[in-house]
Order: sequence, then structure tokens, then C-alpha cells
Amino acid sequence: MARRPEHRGPPELFYNEDESRKYTVNSRMIQIQMQMAERALELLALPDDQPSYILDVGCGSGLSGEVLSEAGHCWVGVDISRHMLAVAQEREVEGDLFLHDMGEGLGFRAGTFDGVISVSALQWLCNADRKTQHPPKRLHSFFSSLYACMARGAKAVFQFYPENPDQMELITQQAMRAGFTGGVVIDYPNSTRAKKIFLCLFSGGAPSSLPKALGVDAVEGSREDQASFIGARRSLKRKGRGRVPIKSREWILEKKERAKRQGMTYVKLNSKYTGRKRKPRF
Amino acid sequence: MKLLTHNMLTSHVKGVKNGFPLRILARKVEVRQIDFNPNFITRMIPRIDWSVLRAAAENLGHGQGLPESPPEEYESQEDFLKSAHHVLMEVEVLEGDLECPESGRKFPVTEGIPNMLLREDEV
Repeated sequence: MARRPEHRGPPELFYNEDESRKYTVNSRMIQIQMQMAERALELLALPDDQPSYILDVGCGSGLSGEVLSEAGHCWVGVDISRHMLAVAQEREVEGDLFLHDMGEGLGFRAGTFDGVISVSALQWLCNADRKTQHPPKRLHSFFSSLYACMARGAKAVFQFYPENPDQMELITQQAMRAGFTGGVVIDYPNSTRAKKIFLCLFSGGAPSSLPKALGVDAVEGSREDQASFIGARRSLKRKGRGRVPIKSREWILEKKERAKRQGMTYVKLNSKYTGRKRKPRF
Repeated sequence: MKLLTHNMLTSHVKGVKNGFPLRILARKVEVRQIDFNPNFITRMIPRIDWSVLRAAAENLGHGQGLPESPPEEYESQEDFLKSAHHVLMEVEVLEGDLECPESGRKFPVTEGIPNMLLREDEV
């Protein structure tokens, strides 16, 4: 069976009763969704102590909405799956819910929302499930209608799973074409598991700088006006000849450094004892 | 669906120039208690089309006590903010239809969730 849910079928059929049920009982899924929603809200950088009106695109069972409610914001959620919305209603979420296909364009008045968040939804727009659906066109109508309904200077943060670089390019290109500025923030870029991709878009106003991604401290010192593949070249040279012996102190330090870069939390601090041989007992 | 959201909602059927406001044909309306947040209401008042809100509230039978237009310095008038809060946040349409003023297309509302999905020829 296809690994990616987008390949299995259209979202309104994929998120059926069984799949939706998982979002109330599976604590791991709930935790991940909440974490991503919290991070998206953090990236949105709304002014403190000011309740805002927020749109949640692909709200699903309202987990991300709960994060918004806790932060004191009022929200409106749209989703294409009836079953997910039914779960949201069961959980008695505070926001207003809509059954809506984002690829058809949003129907809200100009300047309505102070911010937009979306967790794991955008990649669904890259798939055509029917003959009449054309992904670039659907992305365009989504982004242009989104731009219209956001207040001036508002931000939109989308967490999504692009299948390949082409999809990422298609999405960012369509967003820029609709008039947004901004770009992609990647948390933990060196890890396959902890890696999370956020598309941060700004509408109008002065273009502010992109927020900083998490877990990228290790790749400092790269300048934008220069080619940045020096590291790749160095590692090529090191292969074979200059490799450090296994289980040596250097090898251990390197391994720990890599784990840290990947966002692992269990990495012990280095000390003078790191990688030292025990003395023989007898 | 709250009246606050209704005030922001327009019809997005292809070819419709002005899909605002959607007409509410309600069959079931409920009032749900929600915490009063004067800060939020004050922020939303300038964004709201007041005449549309008033018409919608009267249509649902909850228009009592709403002035013709928001008074000046409404920030400090708690009575006004409370009545606005009641109409905007607490009155909910549970069953009924939303009708596009231009094309006459009806969007059904079931269990408080409007179905805004379009047919293929309407996109």
C-alpha cells in the first residue's frame, strides 16, 4: 500500500470514521499535532495579551484549534472531511467549523483574519483526485483568496509534508505569485524524523525577517552570496584516508555532535572522561 | 455557525461578484454561553458590517437592544459590548440554509457546520 496518505485517495475519503477516530484515541498522534500547532503559533508571533481572530486551514478534529483557544484566540476552522469535523464537534471545540475545500478558494471578506495556521494539510493540494482538478490552479485559487481575507501585515504559517522538492517549489511559487512574501523555515534539518517544514507567509506591510528554525546552530557561517557546498567537498576528501578510528574519542565526539544536530535529547555532555578506557580491574 | 463568522462569510461560487451577505434561512437556532471577552469584541467591532449583523440578528429573533450603529467610544460602554458579544458569539445557527444573494445557491447548514463545497461547474 502507498506510504503517503495523499496517494491512497482524496482527503474526504481518506479521513473516514476509522481514520478520524485515531485523532481522539491515539495519544502519539495527538501529541505530535499539538506540538506542531504550538510551534506554528509561535512562528506566527502574534502580539501578546491581544486576542486575535485566526483561520485554521485543515483544522481536522480541532487539536490545533485547542492550542489556539488555550492561547486565548478566537478561531474559524475549515476542513474537507465530514468525519473529522464530526470528531471536532464531539470534542466541543470553541471555534466555528466549515466543510470546505481549500482548493476551491476561501469565501471570506477582505481583511478578516489576524493570522492563519495550518497543520499537515497543504500537501493535499498537490494531488489531483479528479479529472477536473489541476493542482497549480487549485493552489493559486487557495493562495489568492487567502491573501484577500488576511488583514494587512498578517502572517500565515503552514506546516506541511512535501513529497519532493518539486512540490515544495510549486507551493512556494504559487504563494509568491499570489503576492505573499516569506519563505520556508525548516526545524531540525539534519534529522529525517524530527525535521518539520513550515511555510511562513507575510501579507502586505513591511517584509519582516523569517523566524529562526530550531536545531540549525551547527550549520553556521554560511554566507548567502557564496556557494555553500564546501562542507560536501571536505567530507569527500576525508572519506577513506582521514577517517578517525572507530571507538576513539574523536569518533565518539563526532557521533554525539551528529545526534545533537538531529535534535536528539538524550546526548550526554562531554567531559574529560568521554571516550576514555577503563583501567583493568585485575 | 456564529453570527460573527456569518458576518465574514461571502459566497465563492464562480462568477458571483458580490456574494455578501449570505441570507440565513434558519430552522434551528441555539444560544450557547461563552465567556465574555471585551478586548476581543472591541477589536472586532471595526471589522464588522454592523447593518448586516443587525439584519441577521433580527432575522433570527435576537435583535433586541442593538443600536442602529455602534456608538462612539464603544470601548468603554460595557452594556453595548455585552449585547454585541451575545449576538456575535452566543447565537448559533444549527440547522438551516445560507443563500447566496446573487446566484441563489443554497449552502446547507447541518449540526452547526455549513457545507460550502461546490459542484465541479461552480469552481
